[in-house]
Amino acid sequence: MAITQTSAPARAPLPGKPRARSFEQANRRLKWAMLAPSLAFVGLMIIFPLVFTLNLGFTDAFGAVNADKDYVGLRNFGDALTDSRRFWPAVQRTVLFTIGAVLLETVLGLALAMLMRKPFRGARWVRTVLIIPLLTTPVAIGILWLLILDPTNGIANHLLASVGILPQEFLGSVSQSLPILMLIDVWQWTPMMTLLLLAGLSTLPAEPEEAAHVDGAGVWQRFRYVVLPMLGPTLATAVVLRSIDALKTFDLLYATKGPGGGSSFEAETLNVYAYGLTFDYQEYGLASAVLVLFTLAIIGVVILLRRRPGRRSA
Amino acid sequence: MSSALERPAWSRRRALSWLRGVTITIVCLVFVLPIVWMFAAAFKTNVQVTDPSVGLIFSPTLDNFRNVLADGEVLQSLRNSLVVGVASTVLSAIIAVPAAWAVGRFRMRRTGSLVLVARIVPAISLLVPWYYLFAQAGLVGSYTVLVLSHMFVSVPLILWIMIGFFEGLPVELEEAARTDGLTVFGAFWRIALPLAAPGTTTASVLAFIFSWNNFMFALIFSDETTQTAPVTLFNFISYASTDWGGLMAAATLMTVPVVIVAIVGQKFLVAGLTAGATKG
Repeated sequence: MAITQTSAPARAPLPGKPRARSFEQANRRLKWAMLAPSLAFVGLMIIFPLVFTLNLGFTDAFGAVNADKDYVGLRNFGDALTDSRRFWPAVQRTVLFTIGAVLLETVLGLALAMLMRKPFRGARWVRTVLIIPLLTTPVAIGILWLLILDPTNGIANHLLASVGILPQEFLGSVSQSLPILMLIDVWQWTPMMTLLLLAGLSTLPAEPEEAAHVDGAGVWQRFRYVVLPMLGPTLATAVVLRSIDALKTFDLLYATKGPGGGSSFEAETLNVYAYGLTFDYQEYGLASAVLVLFTLAIIGVVILLRRRPGRRSA
Repeated sequence: MSSALERPAWSRRRALSWLRGVTITIVCLVFVLPIVWMFAAAFKTNVQVTDPSVGLIFSPTLDNFRNVLADGEVLQSLRNSLVVGVASTVLSAIIAVPAAWAVGRFRMRRTGSLVLVARIVPAISLLVPWYYLFAQAGLVGSYTVLVLSHMFVSVPLILWIMIGFFEGLPVELEEAARTDGLTVFGAFWRIALPLAAPGTTTASVLAFIFSWNNFMFALIFSDETTQTAPVTLFNFISYASTDWGGLMAAATLMTVPVVIVAIVGQKFLVAGLTAGATKG
């Protein structure tokens, strides 16, 4: 599957050539030659489309993809930003979903990482269990939870009934859908936080903690004042990566709630909204404006999160 | 603490360690039981699936799998997922591994941070331009489009993992090879690449899994013959939402390969997933 190299063609070095002079030059050429295919891919498949989308955002493109379109200035951006029926509620849901999910995942992931930090028997299997949810197809995850949370036939209400709680609508309910989807995201992605933080914890030096222990610091104090500050950079990276993905969550929402995030748009985040505008309504102009705003917002979040602890740059 | 508490400190430590074991076990059950529930449902009759009092003990049936595989659509979609996954992964590795080496060796952090851009961009903002381009080229519905679109995920992923991997390889080995007469490219091809085989394998397996799981691109760009498994699964929900057994059987067929890979390659997959996280 990988391109682990087969036997390399015998490639004799050219003996006696005055290499030293042109070495840097050759290096530079080689460097760019090796980068070229990837850069071409990024340019053609990412940069060009982004410019295309940005351009579409200023037009009234609608209907057929290659239909005539006129430039309408900032009208689409104005339309989006003054739309309190679909756009702003979608913004609100995106923000709530992301903050709720990432916050819970960070707290639970950190707790679980601390719990698993010291070696124990069966750690290998626990790690295997942890990677399975995040490697499983989100559509399958969605279906699986649809079955578990089915209001009439699901095991969830059966279990709730056994402790005397009335049956819930779960994903069938307008008010419960988003919180439930958030919890499913927490179920799927908390392991990722745990694994990232475990990796971070394993690189920390032992001495500061030992010193704090000798000085009489308790478990909580050592965690709060020694481990947590040292873990800061890893924690920040993990939160940034998870936030980017959570903001863009689509598969789970679309698989469980369908187009528009349900009949009352109850699970419609910005991504789902932009998808619907594009492929259900062919409102390419407006959709592009929404996507440009969305992309800018994600970049804003990343910049904001990255400059908090320390000032490391990528 | 008072001296009265010091004597049983030993047993307190044992109690704590026992408590830790119990907590970890419960956490594992939380993560694994829903998946087990899905696998179990795939082996239940439709009466048993919709009866929550039927737990994990029942007489299993293969009917769901027989029904799901009978019409050929699911099997075809699994095959499509396999083809698209392998092709996009191999192509991505071919272009991304040398690029990762160049970024890692020549310290091109700025070029490397393009990777983060690719991660930030919402894929939907690329779909319209892609659709426009591919429709002009008459490629919509073809494997080519699916492979190219899936590379949007796998190229950055492989770059991300491999840049870190090459940075971690001691540069001295390649320098020694160059004094022995290899060209710079030779040093990459004969020294760095073989040493990077574990990283390349890990990155490729992850890239394949994320292609296998990808839903959105195939939702737009595939037709009936090139439909990948997540799309087929999704269509099952819309059209056959009462056939829980069949749904779970199809979901199980999609999930089992991933679970097997996870069990076999746990150590490498964890390393790949967490690559670059500790550098900040």
